[in-house]
Amino acid sequence: MSILASIAHVLLALLLAPLLPGIINRVKAWFAGRHGQPLLQAYYDLWKLVHRGAVYSKTTTWVFVAGPIVELACAATALLIVPLGGIPGLLAFPGDFLLMAYLFGLMRFFTILAALDTGSSFEGMGASREAFFSALAEPALLVGLASLTVLSDSLSLGPMYSAVTWTAMASVGGPALLLVATAVLIVFLTENARIPVDDPNTHLELTMIHEVMVLDHGGPDFAMIQYGALLKLWVLGALLVGILVPVRSGFWPIDLAAGVAGMLVLAVLVGVIESLIARLRLVRVPQFLVAASVLSILALILVMRQP
Amino acid sequence: MILPAAGLVSLAVGRSPKVACLTGAAGVLLGGGVVLFQSLRVLISGVPERLRLEWAVPFGSANMEMDALSAVFALVIALVTMLAAVYGCGYLQADAGRKNLGVSWFFFNLLAASMLTVVLARNGVLFLVSWELMSLSSFFLVTRDDDKESVRRAGWIYLVAMHLGTAFLMALFLLLGKNAGSLDFDQFSTAAAPSGVLFVLAVIGFGTKAGFMPMHVWLPEAHPAAPSHVSAVMSGVMIKTGIYGLLRMLTILGPPPAWWGWTFLAIGTVSGILGVLYALSQHDLKRLLAYSSVENIGIIAMGLGVGCLGISHGNPAMAALGLTGCLLHVVNHSVFKSLLFLGAGSVLHAAGTGELDRLGGLSKHMPVTSATFLVGAAAISGLPPLNGFLGEFLIYLGAVGGLGSQPQDTPAWPLMCVLVVGGLALIGGLAAACFTSAFGIAFLGEPRTDEAARAHEAGATMRWPMIVLAGLCVLIGLTAPLWLSVLEPAVAAIIPNHLREAATASTSQAVAPLTGVVLGSGILLGLVGLLVYVRRKLLAGRCVERSVTWGCGYAAPTPRMQYTASSFTRPLTFLFRLFLRPRDEIHPPRGLFPTDARLHTAAPDLFRRRVYEPAFLGMAWMASRLRWLQQGRIQVYVLYIALTILALLIWKLG
Repeated sequence: MSILASIAHVLLALLLAPLLPGIINRVKAWFAGRHGQPLLQAYYDLWKLVHRGAVYSKTTTWVFVAGPIVELACAATALLIVPLGGIPGLLAFPGDFLLMAYLFGLMRFFTILAALDTGSSFEGMGASREAFFSALAEPALLVGLASLTVLSDSLSLGPMYSAVTWTAMASVGGPALLLVATAVLIVFLTENARIPVDDPNTHLELTMIHEVMVLDHGGPDFAMIQYGALLKLWVLGALLVGILVPVRSGFWPIDLAAGVAGMLVLAVLVGVIESLIARLRLVRVPQFLVAASVLSILALILVMRQP
Repeated sequence: MILPAAGLVSLAVGRSPKVACLTGAAGVLLGGGVVLFQSLRVLISGVPERLRLEWAVPFGSANMEMDALSAVFALVIALVTMLAAVYGCGYLQADAGRKNLGVSWFFFNLLAASMLTVVLARNGVLFLVSWELMSLSSFFLVTRDDDKESVRRAGWIYLVAMHLGTAFLMALFLLLGKNAGSLDFDQFSTAAAPSGVLFVLAVIGFGTKAGFMPMHVWLPEAHPAAPSHVSAVMSGVMIKTGIYGLLRMLTILGPPPAWWGWTFLAIGTVSGILGVLYALSQHDLKRLLAYSSVENIGIIAMGLGVGCLGISHGNPAMAALGLTGCLLHVVNHSVFKSLLFLGAGSVLHAAGTGELDRLGGLSKHMPVTSATFLVGAAAISGLPPLNGFLGEFLIYLGAVGGLGSQPQDTPAWPLMCVLVVGGLALIGGLAAACFTSAFGIAFLGEPRTDEAARAHEAGATMRWPMIVLAGLCVLIGLTAPLWLSVLEPAVAAIIPNHLREAATASTSQAVAPLTGVVLGSGILLGLVGLLVYVRRKLLAGRCVERSVTWGCGYAAPTPRMQYTASSFTRPLTFLFRLFLRPRDEIHPPRGLFPTDARLHTAAPDLFRRRVYEPAFLGMAWMASRLRWLQQGRIQVYVLYIALTILALLIWKLG
């Protein structure tokens, strides 16, 4: 039964991931008093890109072509690992959260190399900042997840998230879980190139991080990058929703529906954050990320202090 | 019984060549082959091989044994030296008329033989003699280009550091052998001194060789100065003899108290983080690789720390996972670090410089070198599906798994997890930044200088060792669970008796996670294959053009405008400036028509600048104050002797 639920989650994620940016953009448009782009814009974009040809710079090599392929493969593999609330991942084993985190590492590695492969200094600049911020975000995520392992006494994501129930929230783990959730939220915003760390809609190449790294990609390659990024948004979002929506009814359609609803609400939340906060100055971002690590460490200490 | 020492005999035969590399390399291959076969046999059968010969040196005996622990190290030593020897054949061709290659090959053979003897020796005298031979032969290899001032200086620092380390080891062995009256390892007793003192001696002595953080200063000097196939051997396997020494001492000194584990953990975290930060701030490819060796030794020490804490707190899973992770990372680091050094050698050979900011676009001319270097770079950043991920994965598992069972008397227990998990995560992120910079700046983009534009691929003897090593990175990554059973007897040798059975059980429990990792890697590779196919299908028959890189509208870009390694890593080195203390020389453009503007950045080693240089200057000053004793007149010296004898007589008889 749980395998069926997991498969249902993976399929829903593959289908619904492009919906999230639509929701985010609509919320931002509502705040700004605009009408905004269609809810399904990301689907249209992907469809258009898949049917295009491609232009490659003479500077680039096979690394540039390999980049999008590896990125999408990494994000898809991570999707197989991640649980959504009480629904375990398809691929579960002790320590699976480490493989998931390092798959994103591999994804980043190839994004950065593909950017450097173009020889453009704009893309080099974006690559440098991506490497910088992600190195600081990594400890926050892993220490945060380590405190979940203590709470659940398990090293696999599925049981770790199954242990996040209303009772756990109300009794011992509440404060710790909230700290972890805040840390994961910061990592989620950083890793998915959202405000306050990065602005996907800025009009200057100089001020972008993730978008500038993929300037030279086009056609099906760019479609793979975009879809990979959407899946990554879903996976990291699922880590957050799993803590914030502790619905563990035991009946999987309810759990799955609650999880997916949580994802959509998360997209609204991101839209609200993006509308209310300005982007941080680059020199402030490290402090933001170190704060996330500190929150994770605090959560770990709190969890260890529980009897 | 085939003696492990057969390797030595054939190595000694191979010392005669004057010009031809053939005999030299053949000696290493023959000896290495025998050792490789032998150590595999020991690892698979689990039966140790012994050899004991009498030796006329007092307290010395040629007492050698290859047990599982020795076999693991002998295996990687043999493998890496063999591949490096093949590579050296091609690499040294450039010097054929200029230098005496026979000398170089003689010392290379000697280095290989002495490293093997170090891991096989079971007698203190034999161990120290081969330890010293190892240091000296590598010293002569480092200073091969002794016409350069920087190389002579590097050699000098190396020699001093090695002998300081050896002094601590001599004290250690003398204390260990004092009560037993013998320097054989199996007779050693820890009664002569508190085991804490012995432990500190071992950490300093072996840690100098391994490159633990405060004692690492020789590493970034000596490794870049040596010819690349020698750097590969030194960085890949020679520094691991220090780790071997520590592991061997753990079997002799008895069960470690908790503070030993904490010490290893602290040293590991500091070496790991500072090592990779210094690597980030280097512009020279080989110096960068040398600092990254400090980082990886740090990861190995963290594994050792987790293992020791597991032993001292009676947590068999932690002990087994930490030590297995430590040993697996030893094997993995040997493979990818020697691969990267060989790649750096090919770059040096082809472009004449290892200065990252003068390279660029090499992958178009050097497809094999760049592909293998990319594999090594991904592996050293600890990324799946390659081997570098596995060791770190086991250490993580040990630390996170051990978190739940907090010992009563250790309130600082969460610190262990924060150090390991936070430290490893940070190291991983920084290493990825470091190696994307190294690979991306040197191999991708446009060539920044004419030398880089004229680069050419290395010859076949240089290509194949790199291909084999890159293949091993993938192979080990995809056969992870197999390595648990290979390393299991070696780990069991370090774990004390009362925990051994439980530790073996938890090792077999680690098969499931590693199988999961391999499964995940398999899915990843399958998806990559699928997407390659999909992309090809999609683009078939469509318009695919080549054009220039989008320069955001700028019409006249030059290769010099590309991002450099210094600019790439600048945000990180700036953030951590407190630890790195980078020195910048800035001459900004001035006036309406600026002509001359320069920027020079460097991050000289803080420990060397702030600790060792003042200390050695102080010593030199003290020594110079005693110079009046040295009159150079024989009469005065005779007086000294007479006074000494008198003093001794009074002390003895009075």
